[in-house]
Amino acid sequence: MRLVILEDYDQASEWAAKYICNRIIQFKPSQGRYFTLGLPTGNTPLGCYRKLIEYHKNGDLSFKYVKTFNMDEYVGLPRDHPESYHSYMWNNFFKHIDIDPNNAHILDGNAPDLQAECDAFEKKIEEAGGIDLFVGGIGPDGHIAFNEPGSSLSSRTRLKTLAMDTILANAKYFDGDLSKVPTMALTVGVGTVMDAREVMILITGAHKAFALYKAIEEGVNHMWTVSAFQQHPRTIFVCDEDATLELRVKTVKYFKG
Amino acid sequence: MPSNKSVSDAPIVQFTNCRILRSHQLQREDLWVREGKILNPEKLFFDEKGSADIQLDCKGSIIAPGFIDVQINGGFGVDFSLATDDFKSGIDLVSQKILSYGVTSFCPTLVTSPPSLYHQVLPQISIRNGGAHGAGILGAHLEGPFISKEKKGAHPEHCLRTFEAGAFQDLLATYGSLDCVRIVTLAPEMKRSSEVIQELTKQGICVSLGHSVANLSQAEEAVQHGATFITHLFNAMLPFHHRDPGIVGLLTSDKIPAGRRVFYGMISDGIHTNPAALRIAHRAHPKGLVLVTDAIAGLGLAPGRHTLGQQVVEIDGMNTYIAGTKTLSGSVATMDTCVRHFQDATGCSAETALEAASLHPAQLLGIEHKKGTLNYDADADFLVLNDSLYVQATYIAGEEVWRQDTLVM
Repeated sequence: MRLVILEDYDQASEWAAKYICNRIIQFKPSQGRYFTLGLPTGNTPLGCYRKLIEYHKNGDLSFKYVKTFNMDEYVGLPRDHPESYHSYMWNNFFKHIDIDPNNAHILDGNAPDLQAECDAFEKKIEEAGGIDLFVGGIGPDGHIAFNEPGSSLSSRTRLKTLAMDTILANAKYFDGDLSKVPTMALTVGVGTVMDAREVMILITGAHKAFALYKAIEEGVNHMWTVSAFQQHPRTIFVCDEDATLELRVKTVKYFKG
Repeated sequence: MPSNKSVSDAPIVQFTNCRILRSHQLQREDLWVREGKILNPEKLFFDEKGSADIQLDCKGSIIAPGFIDVQINGGFGVDFSLATDDFKSGIDLVSQKILSYGVTSFCPTLVTSPPSLYHQVLPQISIRNGGAHGAGILGAHLEGPFISKEKKGAHPEHCLRTFEAGAFQDLLATYGSLDCVRIVTLAPEMKRSSEVIQELTKQGICVSLGHSVANLSQAEEAVQHGATFITHLFNAMLPFHHRDPGIVGLLTSDKIPAGRRVFYGMISDGIHTNPAALRIAHRAHPKGLVLVTDAIAGLGLAPGRHTLGQQVVEIDGMNTYIAGTKTLSGSVATMDTCVRHFQDATGCSAETALEAASLHPAQLLGIEHKKGTLNYDADADFLVLNDSLYVQATYIAGEEVWRQDTLVM
């Protein structure tokens, strides 16, 4: 893996955004030859999205020939609820860029047949030629997307019940009322993300430090599903200093070069 | 980018690089319009997979809902209380001219007149949508003749009437028809006013209190029977007194029925009301303040003499008096001037000043689901303004109907 350590959140966000931007530009996407991007939600990638929007507004980056696949979506939350991942993606990214709405794919948590919705999503990824770069985050419990501790490392897109850790972490978005937080979600599987040609995980903040330690300094373990990426040929972990707090000095020094 | 025409073939326009007035705040958001209404772009994106056909760069301007003037007696030589042969073209002229002042809907106002005038003129007023031809007409505002002699202001005494004998029937006989009437101003101390107010309210007509010597109890009773507006607060009513606040006391009355709000018109032209009085009213009841112009035929014309119904008025600068007296009669202020003056005098935010001329009159008339806001599905009647609240362009149903010559957009 690559472990890229930046000083703070803003620098980590900028590094990640520049990486994505360069990947897209180098790919030279065009009609019929799209760059496929997997995308996360949550607090961590907000800075990265802001930077990508900036590059777009400066005229340096177009999403005209980019297809996106989001990692997850809550089940049972109305699509226009302010906390749905559709709302998140619209407000924080899609409304500021030139992506074709037909190319922006997000799982539908209100589909009549949820498993069929998940299967169809896998098919869409396949039809798009697979994911060129999957950008993700890490939960405090080491999960990638909503692949909670105990998820199979070969899993595909499916319905998952959320772990208590996740529900607690999300409560702040629902007025601190635990009863309002959705308890289920549709999520890409660990296997789905592992299929991507390249993976970039964003990890910032001291509260994620332990999860990062478990993910890269301990073994591959379904209790810390991000650890699966130790077996992916091209993964980059982008973090800030605070996120490295639980790592060995030796690891940090090695990757800082 | 091609837009998916699954819901409609109509072109989608996206106004970018602007600050829009929404949820009582100026927000950095784009405004999307389709088929004359404000469009929800998120729904367009996810449901229809649609996108904009045209993008207009507003260069950082403010976009606010169009102004609604619920008290305007005429302008540009046209007097709505005068039955002329070309009355209809008179209304058309005013409705077209006020677009440049940011007014997208209005209530042509008739002052106290003889029944014959109402019978002649009212059938010629029709409720209609605005457009390139002019601002929309929401219905007539009949100010009088059921008002107080002591507070007639510029209204002709010989035309004042009561409805003691037949209550609502008297009123109906006087006006002839209420088909296109939206607001009636009357004095609630008049005998049998409660019945009249109740009946008008039942018919969906907004009852306003004005030109009256009512005390607070009488005013409160009128509100309990359905009255929801006060015509040009402070003017033509008893002054505020600390032991009987009169109609002015409605602003802080505790006898307003639950769920109801009393609105009050203010002519903030710098003449009708001292800025301190304007501030007192605004601070006492900010959500009820409705800016009105009370403009008369002389609006937009050179100083001199003009008519206002049965009277002759004299214009001297911004002052308009009954000829030969010091009795104020209407104004020659424009709505956008009133908005700016209101902001200056009260030090309020741009949002507050703009809402006093758009959201509040829409709420008064119960039409805020389609007018007076930039909410999704509302009518796309809006203004492009600069930071000093000067109107740069006026849009009705999503079409540009007026623009400042120097506008680059």
